[in-house]
Amino acid sequence: MTQYTSVTDDDRRQMLEAIGVSSVEDLFADIPARLRLARPLALDPGLSEQEVYAELRELAERNVSTDAELSFLGAGMYDHYIPALIDSILQRSEFLTPYTPYQPEVSQGTLQAMFEYQTAISELTGLPVSNASVYEGPSAVAAAGYLAKLEKGRRRFVVSRGVHPHAREALATLARAWDMEVEEAPLIDGLTRLPDLDEDVSAVVVQQPNFLGAVEDLEPLAGAAHRSGSLAICACDPLPLALLRPPGECGFDIAVGEGQTLGNRLDFGGPSFGFFAATQELIRRVPGRIAGETRDVDGRRGFVLTLQTREQHIRREKATSNICTAQALNALAGVIYLSWLGRQGIVDLVTLLVHRTAYARQRLEAVPGISAAHEQPVVREFAANLDAPVDRVLARCREQGINPGYPLGRDYPELPNGLLVAITEQRSRQDIDRLADGLGAAVAAERQNVEAPA
Amino acid sequence: MADASYPDDLLYHPEHDWARVDDGTATFGITWYAQDALGEVVFFEVPEVGKTVAKDESYTEIESVKAVSDVIAPLSGEIVEVNQAISEKPETLNEDPYGEGWLVKVRLSDPSETQSLMDAGAYEATLQ
Amino acid sequence: MIRGADDHLTIFERSRPGRRAFVAPAVGVPEGPLDELIPPTLRRAEPPRLPEVSEPEIVRHFNRLSQRNFDLDTGFYPLGSCTMKHNPKLHERVAALPGHAHLHPLQDPTRAQGALELMWRLQAALSEIAGLPHVSLQPSAGSHGELAGVLLTRAYHEDRGERRTKVLTPDTAHGTNPATVTMAGYELVKLGTDRHGNVDLDDLRAKVDEDVACLMLTNPSTLGLFETGIEEIAAVVHEVGATLYYDGANLNAIMGITRPGDMGFDIVHFNLHKSFTQPHGGGGPGAGPIAVSDRIEPFLPPPQVVRRTSHGNGSEPAYDLDYERPKSIGRLRGFQGNYGVFVRSYAYIRSLGAPGLREVSEVAVLNANYLLARLRQEGVLEYLPAAHERLCMHEFVLSGAPMKRELGIKTLDLAKRLLDHGVHPPTVYFPLIVDEALLVEPTETETKETLDRFAGLIAEILREARNDPEVARNAPYTTPVRRLDEAAAARRPVVRQPL
Repeated sequence: MTQYTSVTDDDRRQMLEAIGVSSVEDLFADIPARLRLARPLALDPGLSEQEVYAELRELAERNVSTDAELSFLGAGMYDHYIPALIDSILQRSEFLTPYTPYQPEVSQGTLQAMFEYQTAISELTGLPVSNASVYEGPSAVAAAGYLAKLEKGRRRFVVSRGVHPHAREALATLARAWDMEVEEAPLIDGLTRLPDLDEDVSAVVVQQPNFLGAVEDLEPLAGAAHRSGSLAICACDPLPLALLRPPGECGFDIAVGEGQTLGNRLDFGGPSFGFFAATQELIRRVPGRIAGETRDVDGRRGFVLTLQTREQHIRREKATSNICTAQALNALAGVIYLSWLGRQGIVDLVTLLVHRTAYARQRLEAVPGISAAHEQPVVREFAANLDAPVDRVLARCREQGINPGYPLGRDYPELPNGLLVAITEQRSRQDIDRLADGLGAAVAAERQNVEAPA
Repeated sequence: MADASYPDDLLYHPEHDWARVDDGTATFGITWYAQDALGEVVFFEVPEVGKTVAKDESYTEIESVKAVSDVIAPLSGEIVEVNQAISEKPETLNEDPYGEGWLVKVRLSDPSETQSLMDAGAYEATLQ
Repeated sequence: MIRGADDHLTIFERSRPGRRAFVAPAVGVPEGPLDELIPPTLRRAEPPRLPEVSEPEIVRHFNRLSQRNFDLDTGFYPLGSCTMKHNPKLHERVAALPGHAHLHPLQDPTRAQGALELMWRLQAALSEIAGLPHVSLQPSAGSHGELAGVLLTRAYHEDRGERRTKVLTPDTAHGTNPATVTMAGYELVKLGTDRHGNVDLDDLRAKVDEDVACLMLTNPSTLGLFETGIEEIAAVVHEVGATLYYDGANLNAIMGITRPGDMGFDIVHFNLHKSFTQPHGGGGPGAGPIAVSDRIEPFLPPPQVVRRTSHGNGSEPAYDLDYERPKSIGRLRGFQGNYGVFVRSYAYIRSLGAPGLREVSEVAVLNANYLLARLRQEGVLEYLPAAHERLCMHEFVLSGAPMKRELGIKTLDLAKRLLDHGVHPPTVYFPLIVDEALLVEPTETETKETLDRFAGLIAEILREARNDPEVARNAPYTTPVRRLDEAAAARRPVVRQPL
């Protein structure tokens, strides 16, 4: 018997008798002998709970988390302070353990939370329709591409180089399967420069702020897309939308993005959630679950999964997406976080980020050997160029317990010693000063090495 | 919801669609059986006027809460009129499938196709 | 369940101007004019209208919401195809360890060795369970794994210079299978099921040709029955050079007993939120890792977690993320997957080990067959016969058609009446080929007493219906809301709070 099963010998005897077979073996009679595994699985025997815990803790200790170093890593996932109430609510069995709400009468908690989440995302993005979550940011961009392909049927996507590299790649993976081309729009001075668009484009995809941290002027981008008859898709970082003009207001048809920054842990990249919002006209094309308001037979207000005929369990091969399990618990964390921040709080938080990020950029620009990669407005993240090999600079910083940011060279070869620096509210002025000093010292040391005679 | 009925003045297609023929034009709709099987209709994809429809082929979709159904054209022709009111009030299809619940009016391209359709009695027999 | 008069209010309706939960730290740096930092033309005129509420209100709101949910920790949840097994509580503790929870995905791999080693070991375990050598942990859910599998198939064929257009799935397939086929750019071809509940081999032979890229199957099928002809199926499919894809939704029936790799499958996906206890969360998160054969391996998405042998100085092998994959289909998502889910699944596998996992499947199958036998003993199968007269595996399908005819209540009504008895109903109206289907999967973590009670409950509801079918038809009565108008919700959808 395992820790989680309850069949005693006595139980087994009674059960086999009721079934009418003599052994558990008999229940597997349908499996041809040839296919029966003739040996136990080559896995270790089971361990006690304390042994498993010890092993998982030992593994954890060999990871350098944001608790163990001063981290300025961002690039899509951010080290925010997550309030204690999120965990206490998420750990409630009633939210943690039920399935997708297929029986709405006993799932009003989940369904209403979805409705509230959808409302919050709609407010952030400025678009009227939001679904109840998709997996995460980059695959949400691919899902938006799928919608555009079904809707427009044209052969190309035009995607800004400022869109997160993972999102561009995820879209490209599917575009290949659809025999569609992806054309890249370059970044000039840190901002998207769209090419002339012909009528062969299904969608234009941009990111706000873009991957190098720059705030784009969204309205002309959406306008250009529409003039060519294509859809306008904006991959956006949800927190900056507290201050920035939201994509819906700027004319975009679809807004998607990565939700981790809203109340979810880093967790080495997942699970988090993706959000997907769209115009009213596209409501029947949106993928994933959607909660809708209605009444019960006694007139009580209630919520149900609605527009299910879009989805795989009904429309099957004609579905708007194949998505089934999404990220309900993580989206719940998102709406709790947004409620915790509140209308005023989110403005306070993002304003704080703007000021601290400006300060960080200023301090770094003042360091010899460090320059900003562009001069565009930024919100919580910016790209800098180092006048020294970035890998060696990073190694030196690590020795000081500082992780200054994400090296850009692999994704942006035109910025071989580029560094993406993210600032959250957990990075104080002292931390930023320490970054500037540490990074400055590391750059200086590396430059000296280069200049020193062989 | 009305009781099962299959008016005598209509012609029936085995995929549960009816046609009311008037000179060279026919009105199409779905039968009582079809709306009953679908359940409460929630959405009707209004086809465009001018679209060509072909006998035995789907020309639009109807959605209920839990199902999507192709609607099959009993006869071939060109759509000359569509019932916009249904898209605003899809429940009409359940309440009055033969009257207010008509879907499209079609100018027939081959009126002789009516010979392959069934009368009410023959159609009802297929439902047993 | 505690009831309150204002239970139905949304968090937005509890909002009052000026209330707040978040207190920002002091900015601490010089604050330039905002207009100079972000020009007004780029800024929104009004902030998003998020609620204004304090912490006690938020806690109370979501607590009360939670109490309007039925959940697995509270009661029996025999949802067929979903594997609602107990979620071990240890898993939340280990997932929350800061070394796992606060690790940034872009941390340098040399400083994330614990995480990469965990992933590597999980891959090895899943590989052993599946009987296939190579694993990618990247896909985010089962259907994401399915998408990966079909895209891998496409890459495999193209690499051999072929462009096939069709993918086969049985008519019993879960909806994600055909949806995936279309999403991956293929044409769907459906296969029939024979009267024994197996894939119709004649239909398969008729439809398989060199334009078929792949056959997607699950074994046991969604009917809960083992595909006895699986070797024949594999032979037919491989003969035309197509791949055989395994939907892992029903893996709970066979762990340690047989392996999809040994059956001839080329690509397998796992639902970590099914057999491997990731809590369902009301609809996710999950994870859908895949295991593949040698010939499919080159096409796996980047990055792959690899173990590199040391560079000869005698130190430990290093774990790494390998991005150099020239034949890969490309990424399917950001970073490297749902690591938090991997932590929990890995803890589960370590807790149970080989003997434990085998016991899981044995008891899952034992429990299902026992429940079926008890339902028979209670006379339930007269009105809800099993769709096929065979031993089931970890789940079974009943048809409510006789019940509908003779007692005047449908499967839906039975399900709604079960809600009044503090049990979650089984899956209804799936698979599609069974009329008034009821798909029951008890899982291995339920006691015999729970199964006995459930069988008795169904019998009681049927007796009640014989007396007065109206009771079930208007059920439930005791839940926070009663039957909801889904048609109205679909006709005029209200998907957000108007503000």
